[in-house]
Amino acid sequence: MTEEIKNSNWRLRKGKIIAAKQMTAAEKWFDIRLEDGSLDHEPGQFVQVELYGVGEAPISVCSSPTKRGSFELTVRAAGRMTNAMHKLDVGDYLGIRGPFGRPFPVKVMAGSDLLFVAGGLGIAPLRSLINYVIDNRKDYGKVDILLGCRTPSDMLFGSEIGAWQKRLDVNFLCTVDRGAPDWRGNVGLITTLIPGVTIQPERTFAVVVGPPVMYKFVIAELLKKNVPERQIVLSLERHMKCGMGKCGHCQIDHPKNYYCCKDGPTFTYDEVKASKKL
Amino acid sequence: MSAEVKSVNNHILPHGELDGFIRKLSKKMKVVAPVAKEAGNFAFQEVSGASEIALKYVPTVLPPKKYFMPQREKMLDFDLTGAQPSDKAVIDAPELAVFGAHTCDLAGIQCLNMVFSERPRDYNYLLRKEKIFLIGMECNDYCDENASCALVNSHMPSGGYDLFFTDLGDRFMVHVNTQKAEEIVEEMGLAKASPADLAALDKVRERKRSVFRNEIGVDPRKLPEAFAKGEKSKVWEDLGARCVSCGNCTNVCPTCYCFDMADNVDLNMKTGSRNRTWDSCQFETFASVAGGENFREARSERQRHRYYRKFKYPLDKFYRFFCTGCGRCTRTCMARINLKETLKGLAKETV
Ligand SMILES: Cc1cc2nc3c(=O)[nH]c(=O)nc-3n(C[C@H](O)[C@H](O)[C@H](O)COP(=O)(O)OP(=O)(O)OC[C@H]3O[C@@H](n4cnc5c(N)ncnc54)[C@H](O)[C@@H]3O)c2cc1C
Ligand code: SF4
Ligand code: SF4
Ligand code: FES
Repeated sequence: MTEEIKNSNWRLRKGKIIAAKQMTAAEKWFDIRLEDGSLDHEPGQFVQVELYGVGEAPISVCSSPTKRGSFELTVRAAGRMTNAMHKLDVGDYLGIRGPFGRPFPVKVMAGSDLLFVAGGLGIAPLRSLINYVIDNRKDYGKVDILLGCRTPSDMLFGSEIGAWQKRLDVNFLCTVDRGAPDWRGNVGLITTLIPGVTIQPERTFAVVVGPPVMYKFVIAELLKKNVPERQIVLSLERHMKCGMGKCGHCQIDHPKNYYCCKDGPTFTYDEVKASKKL
Repeated sequence: MSAEVKSVNNHILPHGELDGFIRKLSKKMKVVAPVAKEAGNFAFQEVSGASEIALKYVPTVLPPKKYFMPQREKMLDFDLTGAQPSDKAVIDAPELAVFGAHTCDLAGIQCLNMVFSERPRDYNYLLRKEKIFLIGMECNDYCDENASCALVNSHMPSGGYDLFFTDLGDRFMVHVNTQKAEEIVEEMGLAKASPADLAALDKVRERKRSVFRNEIGVDPRKLPEAFAKGEKSKVWEDLGARCVSCGNCTNVCPTCYCFDMADNVDLNMKTGSRNRTWDSCQFETFASVAGGENFREARSERQRHRYYRKFKYPLDKFYRFFCTGCGRCTRTCMARINLKETLKGLAKETV
């Protein structure tokens, strides 16, 4: 057996769960430490998480690389592997491959204003970037964060969001599709928040992460505000089995033959607008 | 090129000595070759002598890709018993000789080589490939009417083998392409080809040029344009209406390599493995995601995707078609979806 096989990209690095918390009925958060060093990821990248004997799933790293020593994942119970993962707790082990994918363009965006738009679980990959930007706050201009979720009880990272809300150097707005008796915030789709924010479109990068249905409407609002197409950054979801541009699952129907795992998952809108679905 | 130079790499094996050649080779390593099966089908399987081999055959049901990229391949072994699970990378890459691969199938392997040597490299594939001794066999005539090898220029040998056999009637011309092949030919004592042998080879090739003609009557240089314009063509709707999404067409295709990864736990619940298996873009859930979106929900979209993965995307990426014209997808399809007809229909509509 050769060294190449042992050290190939199929090699699993062992990760130990050092903290875990059920965040909502459907989402569980994990803090993971690799036994053999650091993950060394960039905001927007994902890992392939192996639950030994059950299977693998692509999951976005939701912590910023500025946090050292461990990294975090937020997992929604969506099927076989992710449900099994919810049964794991502190002290359990996972196999990790990666990080994979093209990160958010943090260096290109330096010096610009940022408008973050997160829908549902989209806050997971975006949180990595938001915390990165907050930790490097002086490198960026004005920062607006817009967050949308179904109901107040679906809100992820509640205490952290409370902290963003209190900061003077970021403007945070959030809305829910359906309110609750004790909810005093906005009610309505995330698109309703966009007209209200003041931006200088030519110096703004809008980073949008959410379900495919959200992209269409949010992008239309951003274009109305004259944000240039190449300054709208998205993170796309596709079925993924390898993370290496080989298995074929994640290919995007686009003349450029993009593999979401390798050429993405982050893309600018002008790169992917020719694809059938976002 | 003078006959002198050409003959350096060309040797002769009389028909009567093929059996001895296969027997000697099979003492060194496992030898697989096309063997006749029921219902006019052929399959690559282990042989120990020439009498078992079908020298003239319609492309085997599964192409020799099954040796390079097995239908199911173990990548990791698990031990789930200890305080923490552990895993070990494994590979099964036996020394193997594949005898009798047609030029279309050699082209198929060349395509797979490109895919798996592109970074990040897939060492499981590459190590297996290193261990395979590849012996090609020329088709002097068409295998059947489903082939379209001349369209994509894979009817003539263009590398990708260790040894290459051409039938000259009572003897084989054996072209030696690698050092490893050279050593084997030397050991077996194959005679050098004479100028008369080389002239006979030229005659075979010359005759072939008149027999093998573009099978669809559309200039292959027009195909990129046809596919660029054909995204919304009605041919995809037509295929979608007939296809039953069985995935046979992609399984049998020498250049289809999409895969799935899955874990299996042994009955003892203590050990298990992680396995790579062939997958098909024709299956309904191939491109579906947890949010509920399916990016190629309609069969027409999935059929279109299959054709674009043969005639458009690889052209941009690897500068060649990923169809070798072997005709397998047409032969196997129970909905009678025909590659030649599809291409003709698309070209008629677009260029
Ligand atoms: C780049 C990327 C980042 C992601 N980040 C997160 C995250 O941070 N948190 C999170 O909870 N989820 C994330 N997902 C989604 C997550 O990968 C899927 O929920 C998970 O793969 C489902 O696996 P399962 O075994 O539980 O589901 P299954 O029981 O296999 O199937 C349930 C559903 O999930 C789809 N699915 C199955 N396998 C995959 C796969 N390999 N890739 C994509 N979809 C699949 C199926 O088509 C089906 O619709 C991300 C996906 C991608 C592509
Ligand atoms: S073999 Fe025919 S019916 Fe089956 S998936 Fe392919 S095109 Fe469809
Ligand atoms: S698409 Fe059909 S004819 Fe072309 S290589 Fe694949 S199986 Fe052969
Ligand atoms: S996940 Fe396999 S090609 Fe992208």
